[in-house]
Amino acid sequence: MPDPDTAVCDRTVIYHRPRRACTGSRRRLLLAGLCVSAVLLLAVGAAGALCGDAAVTVDFLHKSQAPSLAHPFGTDWMGRDMLARTCAGLGVSLGLGLVSALVSSVIAFILAALAAVGGPAVDAAVEWLIDVVMSAPHIVLLILVSYALGRGALGVLVGISLTHWPSLARVLRAEMMQVRAEPFLACSRALGTGRMRLVLNHVVPAVLPQYIVGLALMFPHAILHEASITFLGFGLSPEQPAIGVILSEAMSYLSSGSWWLAVFPGAALVIVVLLFDGMGACLRSLASGAEVQR
Amino acid sequence: MRHVPRLPWWLRLPLRFVALLGAVSIITFVLVGLSPIDPVQANVGQAAYLAMSAQKRAALAEYWGAGRPVLERFGSWLAGALRGDFGYSLRFNAPVVTVVGERLASSGALLAVAWLLSGALGFALGLVAGARRGTAVDRVIKAVCYALTATPAFWLGLLFLMVFAVGLGWFPIGFAAPIGMAARDVDALSRLHHLVLPAIVLSLTGIAPVALHTREKCIDALQSDYMRFAASRGEGEGSALFRHGLRNIALPAITLHLASIGELFGGSILVEQVFSYPGLGQAAVTAGLGGDAPLLVGIALASAMLVFAANALADGLALLLDPRMRKEVRHA
Repeated sequence: MPDPDTAVCDRTVIYHRPRRACTGSRRRLLLAGLCVSAVLLLAVGAAGALCGDAAVTVDFLHKSQAPSLAHPFGTDWMGRDMLARTCAGLGVSLGLGLVSALVSSVIAFILAALAAVGGPAVDAAVEWLIDVVMSAPHIVLLILVSYALGRGALGVLVGISLTHWPSLARVLRAEMMQVRAEPFLACSRALGTGRMRLVLNHVVPAVLPQYIVGLALMFPHAILHEASITFLGFGLSPEQPAIGVILSEAMSYLSSGSWWLAVFPGAALVIVVLLFDGMGACLRSLASGAEVQR
Repeated sequence: MRHVPRLPWWLRLPLRFVALLGAVSIITFVLVGLSPIDPVQANVGQAAYLAMSAQKRAALAEYWGAGRPVLERFGSWLAGALRGDFGYSLRFNAPVVTVVGERLASSGALLAVAWLLSGALGFALGLVAGARRGTAVDRVIKAVCYALTATPAFWLGLLFLMVFAVGLGWFPIGFAAPIGMAARDVDALSRLHHLVLPAIVLSLTGIAPVALHTREKCIDALQSDYMRFAASRGEGEGSALFRHGLRNIALPAITLHLASIGELFGGSILVEQVFSYPGLGQAAVTAGLGGDAPLLVGIALASAMLVFAANALADGLALLLDPRMRKEVRHA
């Protein structure tokens, strides 16, 4: 039960001199958070690219070793270094997730623009398409698409691209509808601006922040689903050290007590996803003015 | 589009249902038809396939329906489906309806327990976090929720298996019944014992959305006029929240939680795979890896029906519980 005085203080704006001469600006803080997570993610990607060879180097002298200084994440039953495998796996997951989220966001943007510009019939069709894609769980659709394309990385890529656009499309459509009703658009139209120019000059800049935020928030989903579908055995071939593959292999060694095979790669995946989440949250706060000034 | 006369909801709902099922079945058939995976090769294995005679291969190819054009397959499937015959599962050697029904019954227990548990836990956590906004409790609950959304269901399952089944030995490592026991000999207690770990893991993955949503709604409710009025009447915050806020907070939470059944089903596919739990999700993986097209279509349809039913139920509940919505529908 908060005491009534503080409850009032929470809601009223109190004007006073900042206690310190240089109070941290929330905007600067958010930007810093954004940069730090971006740099960390880039580092993970770079490490993944560098670890490609080390991830598949077999060393039967040092197989199934618990974590040590030489192998911080331990080694698997073929003596492969789990740290290298985790880095390489994260690199693969990051790449697939980024590309498919990007493609998916472009689909969302095009459909939203069609719905907003094309009139009520097109709008209803897009709305129905969104309903249809959202009606089946993502994983079921991913299994279907992956099966249709004969598994492999392409199946994962296309699957995630085709399933993750609906929520962003809905947001962008609403946003574009709002822009369409703005007086400045009517004004521009009255001045004789063509439809294409209208969209490029006025609608696109207005929805760009929402688009970027939506894209950033889509990354973690895409990466998690990539890991899930690979874990089920639909994605990449067992030779490729993707995180899902590593974890599904680790499952067979659970009862033998090799806990490090599952714990570290999974935890690394969670951290990467959290970093993306944080990046998206920072971007969202930066895009909405009220949050920045809080 | 006010001038367009809208159909009444009891007519719109079945129409939407039929259109959705039609779209889902067409999409799944097109996808399945595109597949370059040879179902014969996928199922008999490389060595057996090479050792097989050409005749046998042709017979198997006919059994799996390989080589028939998609349109023809879809036509005969549709004709059957309209009579309630959804084809024959090639992997499980039984009609699709039977396989889906049996598996759904087994998954149903898991889904129901996880749905109720995650809803109750998420709602309670959201209420606490909202009522204690800005405190350490709120921050901890929020952090837990963010961490849970970032955690893949299958990894959580692996961790739980390692700690509670392998490490502590409290629960069995997998399956829905002890290994080597006939299904009819398994008693309810043993079934429950096998259900606990998967259900807990699945419900943990479903907590975060409800909790975060409830938290927002709770904060909104606390700042609302009716709560201020209640406070000015001298009602304590706890009692006011319970008597006036709860209904307003619970309705959107229930709607959201019903709508999230699709995601829960998706999670159950992963969790069932980790725990070798013989449910619909595991059947989906088997069908997908083994090229069992009729079963895949059946499962996609079943999951779409489940999601549709949940959404329809959410709409109906909103009408039932919220008098404002009723008025809106009557005037629309």
